[in-house]
Amino acid sequence: MDLFGVPIQALLGQLMLGIVNGSFYAVLSLGLAIIFGVLKIVNFAHGAFFMLGAFVAFMAGSYLGIDYWAALLIAPLVVAGIGMLFEYLFLRRVYGLDPIYGLLLTFSLVLVLEGGFRVAFGSSGQAYATPEALRGAINLGFMILPEYRAFVVAASVTVCLATWYVIERTRLGAYLRAATERSELTGAFGINVPLLVTLTYGAGVGLAAFAGVLAAPIFHVNPSMGSTLVIIVFAVVVIGGLGSIFGAVVTGLGLGIVEGFTRVFYSEFSSTIVFLVMVLVLLVRPAGLFGRTEG
Amino acid sequence: MQTALRLVAVLALAALLAVPLFPQIVYPVFVMQTLCFMLFACAFNLLLGHTGILSFGHAAFLGSGAYITGYCAKFLALPAELSILAGTLTGAALGAVFGALAIRRSGIYLAMITLAMSQLVYFFYLQAPFTGAEDGMQQIPRGTLFGLLDLHNDVTLYYVVFATIAGGLWVVWRTVNSPFGAVLRAIREHEPRAISLGYPVARYKVVVFTLSAGLSGLAGSMKAIIFQLAALNDVHWHTSGDVVLMTLLGGMNTVFGPAAGALLVSALTRYLDPFGAWVTVVIGVVFMACVLVFREGIVGKLQHVLRRRPREKRQAVDREGMVRTSE
Repeated sequence: MDLFGVPIQALLGQLMLGIVNGSFYAVLSLGLAIIFGVLKIVNFAHGAFFMLGAFVAFMAGSYLGIDYWAALLIAPLVVAGIGMLFEYLFLRRVYGLDPIYGLLLTFSLVLVLEGGFRVAFGSSGQAYATPEALRGAINLGFMILPEYRAFVVAASVTVCLATWYVIERTRLGAYLRAATERSELTGAFGINVPLLVTLTYGAGVGLAAFAGVLAAPIFHVNPSMGSTLVIIVFAVVVIGGLGSIFGAVVTGLGLGIVEGFTRVFYSEFSSTIVFLVMVLVLLVRPAGLFGRTEG
Repeated sequence: MQTALRLVAVLALAALLAVPLFPQIVYPVFVMQTLCFMLFACAFNLLLGHTGILSFGHAAFLGSGAYITGYCAKFLALPAELSILAGTLTGAALGAVFGALAIRRSGIYLAMITLAMSQLVYFFYLQAPFTGAEDGMQQIPRGTLFGLLDLHNDVTLYYVVFATIAGGLWVVWRTVNSPFGAVLRAIREHEPRAISLGYPVARYKVVVFTLSAGLSGLAGSMKAIIFQLAALNDVHWHTSGDVVLMTLLGGMNTVFGPAAGALLVSALTRYLDPFGAWVTVVIGVVFMACVLVFREGIVGKLQHVLRRRPREKRQAVDREGMVRTSE
């Protein structure tokens, strides 16, 4: 059976791979959107924290013998800690200034982290074994899907839903939303906004690290694994509407699928289609697909 | 104190002119590369420092200059001056397109749009049949300038590059110190007021985008002639980040500060090269320090110290040390 002159199996296969990529985009852009919402800073270091998550898992595994499942929990916490320290010591100092200083400060952190890991581990990358329980494959009829990739999609969707629940249905989430809307007023009600901001940054980069651990068995763990991804994730967040959490997740998955389709018809363009979509979306809807018109 | 600055400038100029005579002290090709980055950074600063627009896609203009010059010289066998002109004009044309699209937004969004468009340009050069993809476009012929000056001669090449870059920098200086430049600053300081005064702000922004991109293209063209190579890292977004660093480091509220920043970054990159990846770490730390405590940049700070203004005025300058983009 053919669709647009392409075997439908190939189409569905690429669609599945697109969803796997899209789930990485979704988790990463979710973190980026939360951080932007509260801090009003575009966290250029998001990809570096993603890389850091993968490396923490790798180092924990090879030096301390910590297995994948423990690393999936520990790495995000460690990275969140590092992120909060960075926020507390440095990022905090540029809040009053033009937002581009936040962008530049986090960009400089990328250079330090990537360079540091290149010094320590070289640029070629380290293999990270897929956990044993997920080494099999599922036959979907139109393609053979490795179990691990299915797990990635399931884990990403779970994390996105959990984050949504925390933000929309808990007291902490209510504080967070209040701080996003009017941080001064929230402070006036006696809520410790600076602490909330630090925690938000930690949570955002923790999500990035979680995605990094998920990615470790699929991609080689290498110092530049984040910087190629972060540019795409930026585009995802801008298309979704900066600061829109729902928009970030939906757009992340959606663009993964768009990429998958592009790979069928014009495979070289698949890594660039996102930017074309971004330019087109911004021309029609300047605030992004799910963003409110401001700025 | 102005005389001290002037003396330094004259000494620096004399040193630059003497470079080809002492190749054992400093490698002329390194100086030529640095000169290109100086022009690139000063051209970029027309947008960032003087108009308050952060473009995160300037690598597209530098890279296009390099590739188009290379294409004209290598495949169309055009003389050097026409190839360079073609590279510069391509940069300018691309700048007009980027500008026209990007200025519909401001601040962070504008930066993201330019980044996205520069990724499209990157894709073009990765895929286009004439660019040699990952290998880069190699063995670009240097040719002869105006049929008179043989650019294969390293000394001739050096002075041609020097003169061209000096010309480019003069254009930057002239632009900043012109009525046009005054309007740009008005846009930076208070865009709604500039609009209400009747200035066609959008048109000004597109023009300064075009100018900045054209000069960046010129820098790229010269780079292609010097190295006889146009490569993908000229169009890579890392280069767009580097030029922001150079500008910030040198001082974005000055005309030639970015050139000092470019010199420092080039020198760091070159002389720390034996330490491998440590270069990136060092540059990252310098960048971080610069954003946190040193936002006026080297030249900005120097001017500031040399002027010895009364305290109130100095504080006013401090506040100007931050770019303001209108939201």
